[in-house]
Amino acid sequence: MKEPYEKPVIQKLKTGMVNKFGSSPAYARKFRKDIEGVPVDELVERFGSPLFVFSEKKLRQKFREVKNAFTLRYPNVEFSWSYKTNYLDAICAVLHQEGETAEVVSEFEYEKARRLGVPGNQIIYNGPYKPYDSLVTAVKEGARINIDHFEEIADLEKVADELGVKPRVGIRLNMDTGIHPQWSRFGFNLESGQALDAVKRIASGGKLELVGLHCHIGTFILDPHAYEVEVKKMVDFSYTVEDQFGFKIEYLDIGGGFPSKNRLKGIYLPPEVAVPSVDEFAERVCSALLSSLRPGDYPKLILESGRAIVDEAGYLITTVHAAKRLPSGLKAYVLDAGVNILFTAFWYKFNVELDREVYGTSEPCVLYGPLCMNIDVVDDLTYLPPLPRGTRLILSPVGAYNVTQWMQFIRYRPAVVLIGENGEVDLIREAEDLTDIVRREKLPERLKLEW
Amino acid sequence: MNLQRLAINDEGFIFDPETGNSYTVNKTGLFIIKFLKEGKSEEEIVKALSEKFDVSEEDARRDLVDFMEQLRLYGLLEGENV
Repeated sequence: MKEPYEKPVIQKLKTGMVNKFGSSPAYARKFRKDIEGVPVDELVERFGSPLFVFSEKKLRQKFREVKNAFTLRYPNVEFSWSYKTNYLDAICAVLHQEGETAEVVSEFEYEKARRLGVPGNQIIYNGPYKPYDSLVTAVKEGARINIDHFEEIADLEKVADELGVKPRVGIRLNMDTGIHPQWSRFGFNLESGQALDAVKRIASGGKLELVGLHCHIGTFILDPHAYEVEVKKMVDFSYTVEDQFGFKIEYLDIGGGFPSKNRLKGIYLPPEVAVPSVDEFAERVCSALLSSLRPGDYPKLILESGRAIVDEAGYLITTVHAAKRLPSGLKAYVLDAGVNILFTAFWYKFNVELDREVYGTSEPCVLYGPLCMNIDVVDDLTYLPPLPRGTRLILSPVGAYNVTQWMQFIRYRPAVVLIGENGEVDLIREAEDLTDIVRREKLPERLKLEW
Repeated sequence: MNLQRLAINDEGFIFDPETGNSYTVNKTGLFIIKFLKEGKSEEEIVKALSEKFDVSEEDARRDLVDFMEQLRLYGLLEGENV
């Protein structure tokens, strides 16, 4: 009978340096053999590696958690799904089923939502670049448009003339809420008086009906107080608008930016400690609303939460392709998934789980992607036991932004599956092949090779 | 070879009297170091590993290369063996 094998490891002992992070002891090691009851092996066998896996159960659960937190505290709330966070049809469909409208920031996203069956009046159209034709369509179909700049006011007035209607619009504000960097590039600045100028401009034109205010203070905001400031400033401004110009502000769209339980690089505390609960955000927002609104006035509160809802529903299964030793002594692994499909690796430190129990001492290591590019680093320092080739790592949370910001670069983009609430596994995006990439290419006749 | 000067106990604790550094190795690592001290070749070690432990020769060879690189990086492996 042969003895069980463990990869040979030698470690230098250092005195005076205590590992206070506790990430390397064997008991802290994380294993995951399945996702929502479906074995990792089975998923890879059917759909290949790397593979994005979404949990429908978790997605619905997370949405309901956010929904409950706000609807329990304020009587008039709308949730609008931020398409850019994840615009896969299946993901959007789940959230539309749950009652979310669509928040889009380009004509492409607008068309994608319409194609999925979302009526125009259930779409909120944001963003600094809205091509004229898309404004015409949006006005015709009754979408809510939040204006970003003065040129857009002029564009919409032209649309109004062209169609002979009076479009109902909102304006986007930017303001100081104590958050840095301040997102001042979108919308009209409140403190400088620019926002009021925009209202004056709309009123004097007489062709648009101002019915809403929009703002989005930033992303991955860890300070709930910032939302309190945002809401108070928006309410104050809405009453200024109503009292001075006779418009009725029907909605206050406070944007999104709520964090997920992901670990931002450079943040010392684990996300369970650093990230406030959604209830805390809801409490701040709703009590700020209720305390500053006039009696009997309940304008619609719109939330465009993206990351906080979808991030934790997404996993990426990736496989160790090779192990190597760097000249610094650091162990390195080459994975089959890199920054080409994990855009958020640039600012997150993912949770890394192994698909099997691997014995041996944890050692510091770096996780590289498959690209022949120096920037392709999935994790620049983590602690793992010596991993045999073929070990699968399950990275999470990866549900937000990765499947929209991923690049077709060097490698094909992998498949995406959705695990339903009854454990059914559906392919929601096929893995790419050469035809996807060359479909739009044209080779001039004179360059055809004759080998 | 620098390995000869190392004080090694059965639990895998290693002390280098020349530099004052201490190391720990796991069971497999200890097994390999003992063979290296005896001047055994890499092929002999690979064979011994696969006979004693539940591991293929191919995996053992791959791990041995990595382990020897670690020893070299710690300055424990120099001389004709390398």
